[in-house]
Amino acid sequence: MVVAMLALAGCATSGNPRDPLEPINRAVFSFNDGFDNIIAKPLAEGYRNVVPSFARTGATNFFANLEDLWIAINDLIQGKPRAALDDWTRFFLNTTLGVFGLFDIASDLGLEKRNEDFGQTLGRWGVGSGPYLVLPFLGSSTLRDALSRGFVDSKADFVIQHRDVPERNSLFVLRTINLRANLLEASRIVEEAALDKYTFTRDAYLQHRQNLVYDGNPPKDDRASSDAPEDRDAPVAEAPSAVDSVFSGIPETGLPAALAGMTIPPQQR
Amino acid sequence: MKYFFALLLLFASPVLPQELSPDALVRNITQEVISVVKQDKEIQSGNSRRIAELVDSKVLPHFNFMRMTQLAVAVNWRKATPEQQKLLTQEFRTLLVRTYSSALSMYRDQLIEIKPLRARADDTEVTVRSEVKQRGAQLVTIDYDMEKTTSGWKVFDVKVGGVSLITTYKEEFANQIRESGLDGLIKTLTGKNRQAEGRVRT
Repeated sequence: MVVAMLALAGCATSGNPRDPLEPINRAVFSFNDGFDNIIAKPLAEGYRNVVPSFARTGATNFFANLEDLWIAINDLIQGKPRAALDDWTRFFLNTTLGVFGLFDIASDLGLEKRNEDFGQTLGRWGVGSGPYLVLPFLGSSTLRDALSRGFVDSKADFVIQHRDVPERNSLFVLRTINLRANLLEASRIVEEAALDKYTFTRDAYLQHRQNLVYDGNPPKDDRASSDAPEDRDAPVAEAPSAVDSVFSGIPETGLPAALAGMTIPPQQR
Repeated sequence: MKYFFALLLLFASPVLPQELSPDALVRNITQEVISVVKQDKEIQSGNSRRIAELVDSKVLPHFNFMRMTQLAVAVNWRKATPEQQKLLTQEFRTLLVRTYSSALSMYRDQLIEIKPLRARADDTEVTVRSEVKQRGAQLVTIDYDMEKTTSGWKVFDVKVGGVSLITTYKEEFANQIRESGLDGLIKTLTGKNRQAEGRVRT
């Protein structure tokens, strides 16, 4: 069995058009996997055993809160003022009542955390994702997302931009280990589910990003609802709206995606 | 009083769940499964036999594994002999059940909300959407693609955070088949299941 898996991992040419750099990506992937097995995962497990759950939740909330301002700005650029207002409110409530973001009060009040970054904003405006990339240490990405992350998101990252270097580094390490600890279950499931961890991770990542760009309603799904956000929870059966027909069958390119940026309301709330 | 029991019997009859709308069906199953998991300390500590029993009795009857396998194997399905199709379905089912079970054992205090269905009354394929919320974590969406069959609504794909089970396995299966044929895929699936069997024995 082990031999079979090794043989499987060795075969690098499956020819997925979205992954022209597969041989290099696979090499980086196995490097990351090794680093994770020897260093990151054990650290995350130790962290989870030592640090009590409320403190870990506090850390998660604290770092998530710092992101909310940047998320609100991305909402705005994507033409979603309502979402931007929600996320700004999240930041305000959690920073004040939530004691510098340690408590996620806003979620309790029904303002759910959103997921936005500059890569998604570009995607919304019609920029394709480009080839799939596996970045050293950081893992799955695409050309668009990697450039966005490196040149734009990082500039708005309070931790990376923090001036005091020892403090910055400690925060960065804490954030990374906390993040890995939050993913322990998910990574165990991938181990169980995947025949080939590389392709499984890649295909899941690409679908997930596409889903995020369209806030839970990627255009391929012709049943996806695109009505006003207030309507999403309405328990009535109804015919697809005019907006649906605009998107059904249109590939992720140019104008339709830009249009989507302006017309699809925030869904993942 | 007699009528009361008659009514009770009617509601307890196994025919009823099939008449349910797909979102009500998903909601019922979710509630049932979660209430068992919440009470069962052994399931929470990862007793895989107990979990498998629960999944077998409550969840599996509502999945169409044949269709799932067929979709994942895609164009190669027609090239498979009936025997190969049977083996593929069986092994894929085992793999999915094991993955589902281990996800279930990690359930703690998440809030699961099944969204009201948005579909026309005569639709034979629908997507039931749900959200899983947990304190200190972003919510995760789980969407169930379901089809109407003669024996009620059946799930044929699950999307977690927009990641479709079928789409993901399609690529994995296609790679395997390209390299070592349908028998190679069956061998890989069987091997992976055997490997895990030491830990999960149903």
